[in-house]
Amino acid sequence: MTTRIDRRFAELAREGRAALVTFTMAGDPDPKTALAILNALPAAGADVIELGMPFTDPMADGPAIQAAGLRALNAGQTMVKTLALVRGFRKRDDATPIVLMGYYNPIYIYGVTRFLADAKSAGVDGLIVVDLPPEEDDELCIPAMKSGLNFIRLATPTTDDKRLPAVLKNTSGFVYYVSITGITGAAAPNASKVTAAVARIKRHTRLPVAVGFGVRTAARAREIAAGAEGVVVGSALVDALKDSLDKNGKATPRTVKAVAKLVSELAGGVRGAKRKARP
Amino acid sequence: MTVAQPPNSFRNGPDERGHFGIYGGRFVAETLMPLILDLEKAYAAAKADPAFKREMDGHLKNYVGRPSPLYFAERMTQHFGGAKIYFKREDLNHTGAHKVNNVLGQIMLAKRMGKPRVIAETGAGMHGVATATMCAKFGLDCVVFMGSVDVGRQQPNVMRMKALGAEVRPVESGAKTLKDAMNEALRDWVTNVDNTFYCIGTVAGPHPYPMMVRDFQCVIGDETRVQMQEAEGRLPDSLLACIGGGSNAMGLFHPFLDDRSIEIYGVEAAGHGLNKKHAASVAGGKPGVLHGNRTYLLMDGDGQIEEAHSISAGLDYPGIGPEHAWLADIGRIKFLSATDKEALAAFQLCSRLEGIIPALESCHALARIPDIAPKKPKDHLMVLNLSGRGDKDLDSVAKHLGGKL
Repeated sequence: MTTRIDRRFAELAREGRAALVTFTMAGDPDPKTALAILNALPAAGADVIELGMPFTDPMADGPAIQAAGLRALNAGQTMVKTLALVRGFRKRDDATPIVLMGYYNPIYIYGVTRFLADAKSAGVDGLIVVDLPPEEDDELCIPAMKSGLNFIRLATPTTDDKRLPAVLKNTSGFVYYVSITGITGAAAPNASKVTAAVARIKRHTRLPVAVGFGVRTAARAREIAAGAEGVVVGSALVDALKDSLDKNGKATPRTVKAVAKLVSELAGGVRGAKRKARP
Repeated sequence: MTVAQPPNSFRNGPDERGHFGIYGGRFVAETLMPLILDLEKAYAAAKADPAFKREMDGHLKNYVGRPSPLYFAERMTQHFGGAKIYFKREDLNHTGAHKVNNVLGQIMLAKRMGKPRVIAETGAGMHGVATATMCAKFGLDCVVFMGSVDVGRQQPNVMRMKALGAEVRPVESGAKTLKDAMNEALRDWVTNVDNTFYCIGTVAGPHPYPMMVRDFQCVIGDETRVQMQEAEGRLPDSLLACIGGGSNAMGLFHPFLDDRSIEIYGVEAAGHGLNKKHAASVAGGKPGVLHGNRTYLLMDGDGQIEEAHSISAGLDYPGIGPEHAWLADIGRIKFLSATDKEALAAFQLCSRLEGIIPALESCHALARIPDIAPKKPKDHLMVLNLSGRGDKDLDSVAKHLGGKL
């Protein structure tokens, strides 16, 4: 069973370049603008789209993404609206993979079975749920795999060689390497350390590895893209969005453009990277 | 014969994955998972080590001042004219609350694990003070996260923590209370994984915290069994404690769970009332996942966590420990609640009848005595956990009572 995620990474492998994975928050700053942003992402150079499901208590996120979630919630975002957003995007784009990313409680309360059915029919391809480690796989990971959605796991600098097999066991689509110990938007990782860590993960899996946390610029994206199949950028995009808002936190005519512009720059970085072919 | 049987023992939990029935678990980011597994191992080793227990018992006796007295509240008993009311005097512990029992255990464990830096969240500041105290005693760095609203309403404790050498970091996110302090502590932990021990203040969080904190707090109930035998020649008939996260309650209740004739009452904070803003997660919440565990939580229909409200900063949290959630479902603990107003009335009554100024947290348990005690016979033995002292609350109480204490 291949998903849009598998197909996209296979294509890019043939092109010999890494994927730019973008993160934006569903419903930030309002549902209409969030859809316009989503629609603009592929043309601007996003290869895989991560869409945040807002949550009141995002315990692994820094101030930028916390604020993005609160803007979305204050604008009335719900799980139903997040899935509608994906459905809206799918009317125009049936190729770009969408990964929903967030925390478990809103999914648990929506109902796991109902969530998986609705996410699948809306056109979601994968899930990243920060507070579901392999120890809790029965909750959502196994049911998600059975319903044909990729469950993408985070591997971190604390995930040692002994633990990696457990983390990778039920992972599909790609592996998301969190390049620092810390919250989203924190300090940039050291590129050579990241390359070594990605190499370590690759000894355990054939899955593509995307690297995130602390990537903010095209130059940094280029560096990271040289050693991984994907580069994830989140807080920088969310900051660009925030900087485009008016005094009351409302979208302006610049909002969509501001995000798209940064995505283009980052895409330039990723596409400019020299990649070694996969053995 | 398919009638659901109660378990053989209420004291066997959690299972190896940290579950109490459907509650508990380990819902944390991958970065923290290896740390939690390490902690589980280190705690198991310490628990099996007689030297650890010996050292802990020594500190409990000579530093904390245990055993805390089981005090016969004679005038309150006369006042209500029913059950014979005893207070378990956790307010007399060093640092002024039950929190220190757990903190001692965790800080000894931090030391054993070679972690030089300790972080903690705090609401009323009692857990923060206890953590700052033990870090001073054991020579560890201490950072306490505290919602900025709580910093405002619990100034005496902020000063105490600073005097003890701890850094107090005011948290400005969310409602700026206990829940937000816990989020911020988790964010710090995920960032400083190598050198930091997270000292959680209640029977909540990812496994093994609910079990470990419970074990450290069980000294309350274990002592009470012995002391009541000495005082009355038998076990008590009922137990009463306030519940936010539920560590003082669990400490008193757990050693009595299998004495099935004993009535057990947990009192949640009903804030402005259960149909308004409150902090009663069993009465007004439903099962969900937050801060590493599945438990009863206050939330909206979309799974977004709601802000709790209680006059008591220590109970101002939208969740409860997972073992309490399980014990509530199977009916072993009967859950009640008390409003801000009822807690204030209890504060005044206890201070004047017994010469004991109770913490606003403990006042929630005291507030239910008028409903329960008068209906009981005079030989009914009731133990209320007087979990902390109320000095820290004087400003807050005076404000709520319009300046008249």
